[in-house]
Amino acid sequence: MIAVLRPGVLTTVQDAGRRGHRASGMPVAGAADARAFALANLLAGNAWDAAALELTLSGGAFRFEREAYVALGGADLRATLDGAAVEPWSAFPVPSGGVLAFRSAADGVRAYLAVHGGIDVPPVLGSRSTYVRAGVGGFAGRALAGGDRLPLPAAPAPRLPPRRLPARLVPRSGALRLRVLPGPQDDRFTRDGLATFLGSAYTVTNRNDRMGYQLEGPSIEHANGADIVSDALLPGAVQVPGNGLPIVLMADCQTTGGYPKIAAVIGPDLPALAQARRGAEVRFERCTMAEAVAAVRRERRRLREAAAAVAGGEAR
Amino acid sequence: MGEQGLVVELGDAIDPAVNARVRWLARAVVERLGAEVLEVVPTYRSLLLVHDPVRVPRARLAARVRSLLARMPADAGRDLPGRLVHVPACYGGAHGPDLDEVARLHGLSPAAVVERHAAATYVVYMLGFTPGFAYLGGLDEGLATPRLAAPRPRVEPGAIGIAGTQTGIYPVASPGGWRIVARTPLRLFDAARPSPFLFAAGDRVRFEPVDAARFDLLARDAAAGRLAPEIEEGGG
Repeated sequence: MIAVLRPGVLTTVQDAGRRGHRASGMPVAGAADARAFALANLLAGNAWDAAALELTLSGGAFRFEREAYVALGGADLRATLDGAAVEPWSAFPVPSGGVLAFRSAADGVRAYLAVHGGIDVPPVLGSRSTYVRAGVGGFAGRALAGGDRLPLPAAPAPRLPPRRLPARLVPRSGALRLRVLPGPQDDRFTRDGLATFLGSAYTVTNRNDRMGYQLEGPSIEHANGADIVSDALLPGAVQVPGNGLPIVLMADCQTTGGYPKIAAVIGPDLPALAQARRGAEVRFERCTMAEAVAAVRRERRRLREAAAAVAGGEAR
Repeated sequence: MGEQGLVVELGDAIDPAVNARVRWLARAVVERLGAEVLEVVPTYRSLLLVHDPVRVPRARLAARVRSLLARMPADAGRDLPGRLVHVPACYGGAHGPDLDEVARLHGLSPAAVVERHAAATYVVYMLGFTPGFAYLGGLDEGLATPRLAAPRPRVEPGAIGIAGTQTGIYPVASPGGWRIVARTPLRLFDAARPSPFLFAAGDRVRFEPVDAARFDLLARDAAAGRLAPEIEEGGG
């Protein structure tokens, strides 16, 4: 068991998401920064998609009631193990009774705490992800609270030495240039509206969460009103409601919506947005399908290399 | 939509013929392209196909869908078999707080609204918004009512509402702006059931008025997992 001493701002159990039920209106959920989540799992010696904790911005303290082997990925929440600093993008053993504590993020928004064997909450519709708005999955369908006790698998922790992700595989933070594929409703915007969208700098507002990031900046002109007959959504889709300001949908987005979607951010560029805070500058850059597929291939190669680095002992 | 979603738009209206074409194509994709498509999401008037763009290139998938569309009959989807789900509904009072206002707006008695609402056979056009929320087509045009000016912070699970020419059923407690005229004790979404979702797109629905005492009885059965909805399979 892991005893939750302090839950932090928003800590949920997440995995790769609840797939296959969108037609029933069930959002995918899952880790908002899928890359950091997968790398943390690989470092912990797990399959890339094991259930882990997603911590947000600040806080969280967890007492391990048995030995464990854990890894940290994503935002640097200045973690300590029994008071001694531990590095992000590293894995290490935690003794029975050890307390892992987090402070406010030095950089980024979302951190992942992966535990060898995964967080052992029961799967719901094939996934351990938490979808808080409908109370589905994760730990009791909600964010963690003080006093919760998280189940770990029965198998004992492996005897593994501390290790670090090789620097070349650590995601770099930098300017947010998000590649987009236009559509499916780019025809609902004027030529000027499309030029505004692709040519302007937008900033992240404080209305950003696991459902979507609302941005501020020049208003995007619709061609024919801002309402469409609702159709399907995916994380990454860029909705533009009547005020002309884009909303980039994230992991918890609804499955359908009634605003036109001017474009969609490609999957490999969403993790960077999931780590962006209020005030961060975002630019959208049109790409081709071939470039998008190449980026997906690079993303998968990075995970294969991380798995190989862990297995081959390069991660140390 | 992005590198993993192919959107096929078949119209831009809430229209039974458009939705029938969507359902026809959804079924054709599942039957013919099941190995290439990860998820099929039918909506009012379009279809989202989720695919792995590395394994199944977009151009190839789009070509396959175009060849299915070329074979779509003019009356596609009209006679697809769909289940008929009987939905007990307690109209008015605490379970239908907007019934009287809807009646007033149309110059009808509340009883006349109930009669008209329960007379129609509806079709589930799509699910969305929250897990299992059923958007139903086929509302009597004389009952079409705009949404509330300000959404309610909490709508109860099972609430049956009207928004414009649509009627729908809320599966889980959520904020909502539809005019609530009734409530069903049926559970539209229960993750613990073998079939967690009561409805699928294409199902037909009929509301059967029950009084508050009967609602309470059925709600107790539902809470105990003993309330099986009455469903007729097949039919056109």
